[in-house]
Amino acid sequence: MTTLTPKNKRAALLCGVAFLNLSVFALAGQMKNVDSTKQNRIEIKDFAFNPKTITVKSGEKITWINRDEEPHTVVSVEKQFKKSSALDTDQEFTITAGAPGTYTYFCSVHPKMTGTIVVEK
Amino acid sequence: MSDYISHDHEHDGIDRRGFLQCMAWAGTGLLWTVSGGVLASRTLAQIAKTGDLLPTATDLSFLQISDSHIGFSKEANKDVTETFKIALDRINAMPTPPSFLIHTGDITQLSKPEEFDTFDEVLKSCRTKDVFYVPGEHDVLNDGGKLYRERYLKSVEAKGSGWYSFNKNGVHFIGLVNVLDLQAGGLGQLGDEQLEWLEADVKGLSASTPIVVFAHIPLWAVYPQWGWGTSDSERALGYLKRFGSVTVLNGHIHQVLQKVEGNVTFHTAMSTAFPQPAPGTAASPGPMKVPAEKLRSLLGLTSVQYKQGKTALAVVDSNLS
Repeated sequence: MTTLTPKNKRAALLCGVAFLNLSVFALAGQMKNVDSTKQNRIEIKDFAFNPKTITVKSGEKITWINRDEEPHTVVSVEKQFKKSSALDTDQEFTITAGAPGTYTYFCSVHPKMTGTIVVEK
Repeated sequence: MSDYISHDHEHDGIDRRGFLQCMAWAGTGLLWTVSGGVLASRTLAQIAKTGDLLPTATDLSFLQISDSHIGFSKEANKDVTETFKIALDRINAMPTPPSFLIHTGDITQLSKPEEFDTFDEVLKSCRTKDVFYVPGEHDVLNDGGKLYRERYLKSVEAKGSGWYSFNKNGVHFIGLVNVLDLQAGGLGQLGDEQLEWLEADVKGLSASTPIVVFAHIPLWAVYPQWGWGTSDSERALGYLKRFGSVTVLNGHIHQVLQKVEGNVTFHTAMSTAFPQPAPGTAASPGPMKVPAEKLRSLLGLTSVQYKQGKTALAVVDSNLS
């Protein structure tokens, strides 16, 4: 039988802490499915939305940030979510994903710029 | 033709042809004339060779300024108010002041009241007081153009979202709005209501009436991949087909481009704020940074002259160098 020397005790404790950490991580992973604080970021750069299509879970947040020196907007084609005001350089706009479905949007200043949000349950 | 001086009246070592050639070499001029329905475009170098005269006495001269973007302060030009002032100084220095100005949109960068205020304040220094406007997309960002219309359509009988026409010295001018209610995936747009108005507006005019159309986004497909065009402009131009002289003046792309189609001359003006890349030469349109000493050579304004009875219309661009 192995006796718990102070050194062994420390190893056992570390193991236990590591195990606990893993548990917490796994729990966080599960929570992710319903995490309303998760940030899905779309960068506006060179007159384009990147990524052009984004898939998110209902209830998650989506944030656009404008990296161009031109103002851009985010406007739902079917008016399904609130539109942004004109975003100047480095300004952000955030919405919370609603009901599952596919949402198309565009920049009303430069309508060639389009993007899609796929909202899953 | 040789490069030797043939007429040195002033004994200064330069003759008229040599002077014009030099001007052309420096990139200062491109002259457009419409005469008897036949349009010719020649650089000043070619004029120097042929000895053709530049237009002299005119019945109507006006100036196009565009894309002042007051409020912009990024690398491409940190002081757009100053370059706008320089453009006005150029107008004030003209020996014969233009009858009026046409501003082809993007007065401001972000449609802010204080940006419009700055523009109006600086414009007070201009000797020419009559200014006709059309909006750019930067002027109608958050309110569909309400503030723009309140400020800049006082002297005209505007219809719909701000389009109108007026007559000066026998020339019929039409200001169109193609920056509102834009559709996803599309280009600039005039819309049915405006097009119907346009058809009725020109219906009673004689085909010999010179027409000048001005709008912010080009009314021809300059580069649709960058949104540089207007989806229903063909229909508008259809109503103008029977006229012997149609000049279309646009802004938006911050550089001089021309195209001739039948009796229609299309022309885009430089900005007074910052240049943009030539179509397709960059990842995207937008403010283009150039060396500081080069900036003013890429900013400018456009002078248009018309001589009654001659059916002649000349469009001349000059930069702010």
